[in-house]
Amino acid sequence: MTFIYPTDSNKAHPLPLSPDYKSSIKRAPNKPLIPMRHTLSELTGPVYGHETVRDGDNDLTTQHKGEPLGERIIVHGHVRDEDGRGVPHSLIEIWQANACGRYVHVRDQHPAPLDPNFTGAGRTVSDAAGYYRFVSIKPGAYPWGNHHNAWRPAHIHLSVFGHSFVTRLVTQMYFPGDPLFPFDPIFNSVPDEKARMRMVSSFDLENTKPEWALCYRFDIVLRGKNATPMETK
Amino acid sequence: MQDSAKPDGITPSQTVGPFFKYGLTPTGEYAWNDAFTNSTLTPDVSGDRVRIEGRVLDGDGAAVPDAMLEIWQADAQGRFADPQDKRALPNASFRGFARCGTDKDGHYSFDTIKPGAVPDPDGKPQAPHIVLAVFARGMLRHLYTRIYFSDEAGNAADPVLGLVPADRRATLIAVREAGKPLYRLDLRLQGDTETVFFDV
Repeated sequence: MTFIYPTDSNKAHPLPLSPDYKSSIKRAPNKPLIPMRHTLSELTGPVYGHETVRDGDNDLTTQHKGEPLGERIIVHGHVRDEDGRGVPHSLIEIWQANACGRYVHVRDQHPAPLDPNFTGAGRTVSDAAGYYRFVSIKPGAYPWGNHHNAWRPAHIHLSVFGHSFVTRLVTQMYFPGDPLFPFDPIFNSVPDEKARMRMVSSFDLENTKPEWALCYRFDIVLRGKNATPMETK
Repeated sequence: MQDSAKPDGITPSQTVGPFFKYGLTPTGEYAWNDAFTNSTLTPDVSGDRVRIEGRVLDGDGAAVPDAMLEIWQADAQGRFADPQDKRALPNASFRGFARCGTDKDGHYSFDTIKPGAVPDPDGKPQAPHIVLAVFARGMLRHLYTRIYFSDEAGNAADPVLGLVPADRRATLIAVREAGKPLYRLDLRLQGDTETVFFDV
């Protein structure tokens, strides 16, 4: 284990306390995080691959008897580390609202219909080069109680493992040009605009399938190992 | 597909939100199969089987019913089930990873084995510990902490515990219930007795 993951990269993340996002007020630590050197416990991570994923788990439109309502989409991209290397064989889990902006979760009671043909959960494993692909439907925007007339921009939640416990990432993929961006405290919790835009997918005409589905490209960048060997003292 | 030479930074974190359960921790309540459970135990695993349980609490001491915890640990010999651990001689099917969502009262539990000692970067042994990641609605980025065990003499010399002010170390140490393979540790996200979280 001769490499470490630079912690400078973490500056792209939101700060724990982001008061406009009200749920963060009582759930963000008050005390500073304590820096520590990475040990084997941090530099290793769970290895889960194809044996964890069933055939069809990456197609959210074929999990029930009929097809879900909504705009069928392909979401694909490249999982890389910040040095540009593909991250192969990494588990990616997604979950999302249906086309009406309703989650099957029991706590989501907003007055939009559930779709009996859509659960909204999927998983896949990046291939040997780090590519992944899902088929789904475009999720709707939905209201939430954070402030008056608060609506979340349409998004797909993603969970990615990467190569170690410190590369673990849970994020949200947004859709290009969403008019709700300026008003969403979760999206805007990322202070740097360039970093924020890395959470926005791009429309991919080249991979859009004629007569079938629009395609969005979402590349995911995980922390990378520093090119310099870890000091031994 | 063409990729630019080098990304200009990592993808930022966003909260796991309130609605992750059907995707990440369905536990039979939703029409989706579990990739993970709250147990690392496998039939062939060697070592002392233990349960770790507790609650996740917010800055008001209120239960956090929508948190997700993930653990990662070595086996009883201190080896990780990851080929990057070049010393690896892990138990054949032990994976070392588990995931648990909290219930309506903020409770979590893990069934696992007590890990062996793992060296620090200088080769010095660390006390047995489990790495823990905490996700929840309201947390824009997950937090990292560690679980140590109250009945381990090695805690006194552990290099990571040594970085923590003495009056905060107890927030990292699961307390053994007398006579049982059961440890308790509450996680406090905020406040005077806030759990120590690490910048890794």
